[in-house]
Amino acid sequence: MSEAMDFKVIGTRPIRPDGVDKVTGRASFGADFSLPGMLEGAVLRSPHAHARIKSINTDKALAAPGVKAVVTGADFPQVAAGAIEGGEGGGDFADLAGNVIARGKVRYHGHAVAAVAAQSRAQALAALALIEVEYEPLPAVLSLDAALAESAPLIDEGLMTSGLPEPAAAPSNLASVIEMGNGDLEAGFAEAALIIERRYQTPTVHQGYIEPHACVGRWGQDDQAMLWCCTQGAFDVRSMTAKVLGQPVGSLKVIPSEIGGGFGGKTTVYLEPLALQLSKKSGRPVRMVMTREEVFRATGPASAATIDLRMGFSSDGKITAAEAIMAYEAGAFPGSPVGPGTMCVFAPYRIANFRIKGMDVLVNKPKAAAYRAPGAPQALFATESAMDEAAQKLGIDPIELRLRNAVEEGDSAIYGPKFGPIGLRACLEAAAAHPHYTKAKDAGVGRGVAVGFWFNVGLQSSAEVHINEDGTVTVIEGNPDIGGSRASMALMAAETLGVPYESVRVVVADTETAGFSNVTGGSRVTFATGMAVVEASKDIIAQCCSRAASLWSTDEDMVEWRDGAVHPRPGVNVEATPLSLKDLAGQAGRMGGPLLGKASLNARGAGPGFSVNLCDALVDQETGQVQVKAFTAIQDAGKAIHPSYVEGQLQGGAVQGIGWALNEEYVYSPDGIMENAGFLDYRIPVASDLPMIETQIIEVPNPGHPYGVRGVGETPIVAPLAAVANAVSASAGVRMTELPLSPPRVLEALDQA
Amino acid sequence: MQGFAYEAPSSLEALRARLAAAQGAGELTQVLAGGTDLLVQMKQGQRAPGLILDIKRVGETQALAVDGDTLVIGASVPAAKAKAFPLVAEAFPGLAHAIDLIGSSQIQGRASLGGNLCNASPAGDTIPALIANGFEAQILTAEGLRTLPVEAFVTGVGKNALAAGEVLLALQAPVPGPRSGDAYQRFTPRTEMDIAVVGVGARLTLDDAGVIASARIALGAVAPHAFLAEAAGAALVGTRGEPEALEAAAAAAMEAAKPISDKRGSADFRRRICGVLVKRVVAQALERCTTEGAK
Amino acid sequence: MKVHVQTEVNGEAVEFLCDPTTTLLEVLRDNLGLRGSKEGCGTGDCGACSVELDGALACSCLILAAETQGRSVATIEGVATPEALHPLQSHLLKSAGLQCGVCTPGIVVAAKHLLEQDPNPTEEAVRYFLAGNLCRCTGYDKIIRAVLDAAAEMRGEAA
Repeated sequence: MSEAMDFKVIGTRPIRPDGVDKVTGRASFGADFSLPGMLEGAVLRSPHAHARIKSINTDKALAAPGVKAVVTGADFPQVAAGAIEGGEGGGDFADLAGNVIARGKVRYHGHAVAAVAAQSRAQALAALALIEVEYEPLPAVLSLDAALAESAPLIDEGLMTSGLPEPAAAPSNLASVIEMGNGDLEAGFAEAALIIERRYQTPTVHQGYIEPHACVGRWGQDDQAMLWCCTQGAFDVRSMTAKVLGQPVGSLKVIPSEIGGGFGGKTTVYLEPLALQLSKKSGRPVRMVMTREEVFRATGPASAATIDLRMGFSSDGKITAAEAIMAYEAGAFPGSPVGPGTMCVFAPYRIANFRIKGMDVLVNKPKAAAYRAPGAPQALFATESAMDEAAQKLGIDPIELRLRNAVEEGDSAIYGPKFGPIGLRACLEAAAAHPHYTKAKDAGVGRGVAVGFWFNVGLQSSAEVHINEDGTVTVIEGNPDIGGSRASMALMAAETLGVPYESVRVVVADTETAGFSNVTGGSRVTFATGMAVVEASKDIIAQCCSRAASLWSTDEDMVEWRDGAVHPRPGVNVEATPLSLKDLAGQAGRMGGPLLGKASLNARGAGPGFSVNLCDALVDQETGQVQVKAFTAIQDAGKAIHPSYVEGQLQGGAVQGIGWALNEEYVYSPDGIMENAGFLDYRIPVASDLPMIETQIIEVPNPGHPYGVRGVGETPIVAPLAAVANAVSASAGVRMTELPLSPPRVLEALDQA
Repeated sequence: MQGFAYEAPSSLEALRARLAAAQGAGELTQVLAGGTDLLVQMKQGQRAPGLILDIKRVGETQALAVDGDTLVIGASVPAAKAKAFPLVAEAFPGLAHAIDLIGSSQIQGRASLGGNLCNASPAGDTIPALIANGFEAQILTAEGLRTLPVEAFVTGVGKNALAAGEVLLALQAPVPGPRSGDAYQRFTPRTEMDIAVVGVGARLTLDDAGVIASARIALGAVAPHAFLAEAAGAALVGTRGEPEALEAAAAAAMEAAKPISDKRGSADFRRRICGVLVKRVVAQALERCTTEGAK
Repeated sequence: MKVHVQTEVNGEAVEFLCDPTTTLLEVLRDNLGLRGSKEGCGTGDCGACSVELDGALACSCLILAAETQGRSVATIEGVATPEALHPLQSHLLKSAGLQCGVCTPGIVVAAKHLLEQDPNPTEEAVRYFLAGNLCRCTGYDKIIRAVLDAAAEMRGEAA
């Protein structure tokens, strides 16, 4: 495996291929594209959190100056239920379509009701005000408790709970129930010397990407359509948009722009079907760009969650039993990530006796979307808070307590499969030895430890490798580069082909140019698409070997690829100078044509990612304000292809997690209107809030990848919630179980301490 | 933004004439300085003027000078410039800090003290600092000029004392003498880019014996507008800022505070933080009285 | 009625007609085709549209285009020369101080303004100065390091 490998370029830190475009302002993002004759679109959004639509009259809007088209739910086909495959958020096409534009009912404040295309944005906005919608307001359901209450108002009158042992008798807001377990729970608790039993709560938060959703749609008279948009997956946009519009997939071409952050939130569609329908009606290209307020009100928050946790420990710190009852808000349509949440909640530990129940619950909030390790941060916040409290009460070092229970290679994960080589123990040992952990704490500072976990996924990827006539290399793939993946693709191609990194360019292509690839998500791109790039490069090598053998009139097994060239095998009686990629590419016209390598695969063997985070926090005892004084993120990357971008994932995830822990939350009015739909009052961390984020990359190679890669993008956000909360609890002297740890909440806790 | 006309008069006379004409014609006029609040409010539909009068080209609004023993800050002087003015940094460190808390570096490149004051947000950072330091508003009227203490200039949430046709021209305050110091602190969940949950400004002056001879404490974000908490100041006069005196000032401030509960904090939380900040701010101002800060 | 504006952008004279309600950001992007300045919020809270107006750092989303009459605007497009990137740009690349890159133009413009005022800022000074430039990808660490390294290089010290 890679430990034994002698890498030439993998593990170095070259400048990313798209770097200069991005520091000079030349890179083209979602809102930066335009077409001649383009109209500007705008969306009319629901002013109610929950209401029946009695009528919509668009006549005045259509007659307004500059207006070329208006669409409502009536302009879209009914979409049959059917699971969305391969996306990170999962869900159902019918729900997706219902979220894109309301039909019959609005389910959250900000739900799209109609859209207008006009010659200017000002005209489009003016026309929105002329659309007459008659609503019958309904009571809004804004919390898990309210949604699950007896006689709660129904958000979807036809929703029957799935996953129950018996079919549900009546509709409710409970979309589904998941249960799993093993062993004898009560026997396990009976054995316990210590039981930690608490309710943990996390708020609705947003991914907070800086680039609002944007697209340009153009529909042709031949029913062939094109979409330019910022997305984590052009192929997903294509399948989702085609489904919402009732069109064949092949009639839609999606061209991904550069993407200004996504974190899972750009794995679905909002504007794209609207823009195309407006284009179809107007015969003109239509651009749609969300405002920041729309991003907050209508796009993917991450689920608020309530987790009732019970964990039993023997006096020497072994977990004897564990139970989690987890309710996640789905928003207005089913599909919270409670499923992965239930699989992650106890994943880091060996637990013989456990029971987990997950509930997917509808509330009148925007439909939840994927957010970096969907479902895991909420789950591990609960478990890792309980582990911290147990360590405290048992008088065991918190890292030692985790080491006593940590899963290792060969253990069965509580969600089923056996772990291959994993890095949890290595991360814990690195944390215990880290200067951050061994140095003395400053006065008043609390130190928190927490473990993070994410499965990582594989899924489908394609890649082509083209060798240009001078031996330079073009890699074509279909995964938008959200954080430096062009660099890692180029590094893997260069390593495989034995050429300099600088000679490889990577193109993120559209849906008609690249082979199919699932979304940029699930921490899968460097793993799965990287594997496709390596395979396509190996395809090139095989072709080169075959050509050289034929040139040297020998058999293919008499030649070998070494140091970027074909050589006769040692001892083979051929007098030949080695043939490099450049040599062979230059002779392509005489030797079988262009060198084009291809690979398409369904990647298996994604190695799970574990992390350990350390946080030092200081609580102002008079105001409840928390200052993060030091933070260290340690994570197993399998093999870090470009270490700087791996560190960047660890640092960025840490800070998003710190924001989730400290100040981020959707604040709702009693009637279900988000009161802080902007960056002023939805408080993501700013530069001055933070220390440097120290990182340590652990490399336990993943045997499922040719270079040992395991995904790194999502695990980093999982541990910080508990790491911060444990540090704050220590500094405050009181256990904090509800996020965010905003000053009023901490001050209230201090009062009760 | 709803449609409007834009004009930028380049002299006091032209400004006064244009204001008079607009008033006569019943045009809903909005004065523009830095625009960092105004443009947001117009984008959000909270204000829809028919005429925007940009005053940045009127020289008097760009003044930044010491006139005798008076500091004059023109109404449209951007924050970044005002806070860097040597006298502001040296003799009004609390005000300088308040200015530095306005939005981001980008916002400070545009936002003016005059705009911050006219916008009259209960949470505006410079207003308590201006009140504590005894600033007066210099107002251009149809006939001439009038002045008003800053505490009388703000009259409600987003409301100020300007009559129709009047414009804030400048802010002015006496340059403090020896043994005097000011301070401003606010409480926000983040370190930056936030709106004050509570803001407290103080200006203290000591007598020769080191006893507090005068104390002005101003509070922000705990009432419909920033105000001078006279009882809090009075609790300090005649003391040396001993812990009991600070407690008494804090108690008086908490008594005077009439906060509301909103998304940024509950009334109880605000009142409590107000007490904490008064003590911290007075202690900081006191320290500045005894150092060679004041010129 | 449209306003006729003559101004200077990145040292070049430009003129345009715009509605009085149009912001500088809209004119830069839509009239002048300078799309390096990004709209992340439209309310001055994210810094992605940072420009300099007569040398003052500002959010172009909060400037009326009409206000720029006779003034001078500097945008991200004017930072690099044809021969070379600005040291800030080079160090952002070297330090991997960007992931998605959408906040990067604003950060370059703001950090350049800072280093022109203060060639030797502390880490804390850089963090506070850039507090209005939101980045959601990097956790700021590598951005701050890049700015400090660029400052050192510009002072003639080995970065």
